[in-house]
Amino acid sequence: MQLILEKRAQASRLMHFASPLLAITLTVLLGGVVFAAMGQPPLTALYIYFIDPLTNLWSIEEVLVKAAPLVLIGVGLSVTFRANVWNIGAEGQLTAGAILGAIIPIFFAEWQSPLAFVAMLALGMLGGALLAAIPAFLKIRFGVNEILTSLMLVYIAQLLLDWLVRGPWKDPHGYNFPKSVAFDGWHLIPMFGDGRVHLGLIIALVTALILYWVMHRTIKGFEVRVIGNAPRAGAFAGFSQTKMVWFCFLLSGGLAGLAGIIEVAGPIGQLQPNISPNYGFTAIIVAFLGRLNPIGVIFAGLLLAISYIGGEGVQIELGISDKTAQVFQGMLLFFILMCDTLIHYRVRLLKAKGGAQ
Amino acid sequence: MSSTSSVENSPQVLLEVRALTKKFGDFAANQSIDLVLEAGKTHALLGENGAGKSTLVKMIYGALQPTAGSIIWQGQELKIDNPAAARELGIGMVFQHFSLFEALTVAENISLALPPQLRTHDLEERIATLSKDYGLPLNPHALVADLSVGERQRIEIVRCLLQEPRLLIMDEPTAVLTPQEADALFATLNRLTQEGCAVLYISHRLEEVKQLCHDATILRHGEVVAQLDPQEETASTLAQHMVGSSVHEVRRHDSHEAGEVLLQLLNLKQASDTPFGVDLIDINLQVRSGEIVAIAGVAGNGQGELFAAISGEQTNKDFDAVIIQDVSCGQLGINGRRQLDTAFVPEERNGHGAVGDFSLTENILLSRHAVTDGDVPVHKGWAGINQAELSRINSHVAQTYDVRSASVDAEAGSLSGGNLQKFVVGRELDRQPKVLVINQPTWGVDAGAAALIRQALIDLSRQGSAILVISQDLDEIFELADRIAVISRGQLSEAHAASEMTREEIGLLMSGAHEKPTNTASEGGH
Repeated sequence: MQLILEKRAQASRLMHFASPLLAITLTVLLGGVVFAAMGQPPLTALYIYFIDPLTNLWSIEEVLVKAAPLVLIGVGLSVTFRANVWNIGAEGQLTAGAILGAIIPIFFAEWQSPLAFVAMLALGMLGGALLAAIPAFLKIRFGVNEILTSLMLVYIAQLLLDWLVRGPWKDPHGYNFPKSVAFDGWHLIPMFGDGRVHLGLIIALVTALILYWVMHRTIKGFEVRVIGNAPRAGAFAGFSQTKMVWFCFLLSGGLAGLAGIIEVAGPIGQLQPNISPNYGFTAIIVAFLGRLNPIGVIFAGLLLAISYIGGEGVQIELGISDKTAQVFQGMLLFFILMCDTLIHYRVRLLKAKGGAQ
Repeated sequence: MSSTSSVENSPQVLLEVRALTKKFGDFAANQSIDLVLEAGKTHALLGENGAGKSTLVKMIYGALQPTAGSIIWQGQELKIDNPAAARELGIGMVFQHFSLFEALTVAENISLALPPQLRTHDLEERIATLSKDYGLPLNPHALVADLSVGERQRIEIVRCLLQEPRLLIMDEPTAVLTPQEADALFATLNRLTQEGCAVLYISHRLEEVKQLCHDATILRHGEVVAQLDPQEETASTLAQHMVGSSVHEVRRHDSHEAGEVLLQLLNLKQASDTPFGVDLIDINLQVRSGEIVAIAGVAGNGQGELFAAISGEQTNKDFDAVIIQDVSCGQLGINGRRQLDTAFVPEERNGHGAVGDFSLTENILLSRHAVTDGDVPVHKGWAGINQAELSRINSHVAQTYDVRSASVDAEAGSLSGGNLQKFVVGRELDRQPKVLVINQPTWGVDAGAAALIRQALIDLSRQGSAILVISQDLDEIFELADRIAVISRGQLSEAHAASEMTREEIGLLMSGAHEKPTNTASEGGH
């Protein structure tokens, strides 16, 4: 008996949508095994991890706060990956956006107006786009693999931020803590009611809707899909591969930078060495789980946000390391890539031919 | 599948292939092939692209498993499970496209591909002596990145020779060589056969087959059509066997009025940007209103590069290299050229002319998003795509050119080859372009669809359009063309009236009779 993968004549529509659900199921099952192996009651742990965050208003708000940057970065990446361009460095672009956007509150603290807030967001996008332009340029000019360069730039951006908040940008009245001055007034993102949910969530949702429309209703989205699917057909259509690399990196970098400035102007309220629990990397999972479709990314972003809150939950209630969240995210990406095989292949049991010839 | 008979092989026979058949689904790539290879002889395997040469060779080398038939090696029937098993038997193969690591040295590359017991410490010495012995000088310490294409091929050959093969398979070895390099290779092969090695030599360069080979097997449509002694043939009789001797009665069209020149190539030069591409050398051609000019040639002689240069997928620094309707457009991209009322159909329909995963209406958009042709535009900037207009064009194409699909807007990839080709051709003809460039209009298409496409091309030309057809199918060329030119190694012969050309003449031109000696031939590979 032999288990073989057989190519389907046509990609399976059903599996296209079933694959993420299957991956989530497998992640939950294996997660239960992991909890059991750690000596925890698996059902209780899974309940705390996945269900508990949705049972009270406080944690639902917290899920939405975490979903905002994931969706914002994830939609940019979903377009980029569609075009077969691999920006893995959104975490660095997020950092670069936070740094550049923070110039306004740190150096122009007196400039208090809605315009100052808009300028912060614009600078944030610019910062992310500038950092993303480096791997784009290197790929086009020298053929350097963008996966490596974009990834390595993450650490450069993070170390730059670290140096800034420990050095030149440190709050002089901050008791020597590695933090910038606390942002104030129009330099903070508008909040809703008295909770923690902020304007960033609306920006993320609107961006997702716009990009959905661009991808499915405009020639630009068509261009992205053609180049990603069949580069030679892209050349035949007269689309430029080079321009597409620029477009993807500037778009996804800009959105990651926007997410970065929103984080520091929102939930954090100042620059500090750590501004993101790996949103930029988790957004890669969000993009794939959302089928590289901006609407799908909204749901995937919510799910991954739950995994953050759930990770904190099991840490508090069961004393398990909060690295659990990363384990779950890793399993999820692994399973989704695995299950995606089933879109183009079916599994078949083959009875071995008996007897020697 | 009976394997009972014990054969009285003459001691000379090294490998015998009997009734070998390979089917991919319903398609028989090889149908009942018989082949005998004798030690000490060079056997040519001839045929056009798609004739089944690669399939046959892959079965002998263990890379494919036959559907039926048997392979007999030194009198013993056996199954060759994989290339490693073939090498174990003493079968070596030099592929047309090399698999070498550019950043490693010659010795390192060879060592990587050898079985562990041959990776000895004196490997570098053995490479040096062996390569010198066989007239294939190689420096074992040289980096592959620094070597010419010919030298890279030597690495592959030396790699095979180190394993002391009894049979060496060469897949179009001279396709990438300069004439001088080719001569050196022939000397090596002659020496090998004198030592008792058998060589299976795949080529479609007829002159060199005559020069080198003792026997020849000619394949067409997956079947053996002739087994003969190349010494007793001329290049043109060989060509006739390859392209099919069943000469159709050519249907001449009404005498046409060739009008003004609509498409002109002026000293078109283009260096290939890939190591295995073909450089275009000084190509001159005029296509006039109302005529069909066909470019014949064996695959891989620059047809793809020529198409890219004319269509603008590959632009040219020289403005005048391509002139369409009096506009010099060397530097103009493909959409700029389309706007000059010109249309293009590439050879590969799936993945080049169309995207298989996309719907038919999306595939209409693919080549028509930049041209309006007086109709409603199919899209308008950021305002989005005009789905209604796309659907209208799609159903019009489907009706006019008899495109049959499961639903009106099916995925392109779900259409049969013939229907997708009718769609791709129809999508362009629907614009009634003044200039049409089409590469392999009926490649792999059933007879009915082929007839429909050819008729449509003739009709368009008689309405005053200029049409350039690139084809490897001589029957098709004689059916369509008013004038014929032949491309060989990136050089284009002069175009002559079809009525004055014979298959023999075309066969000779295909094998390079018109080529000017050139020093640039080896420059493409770097």
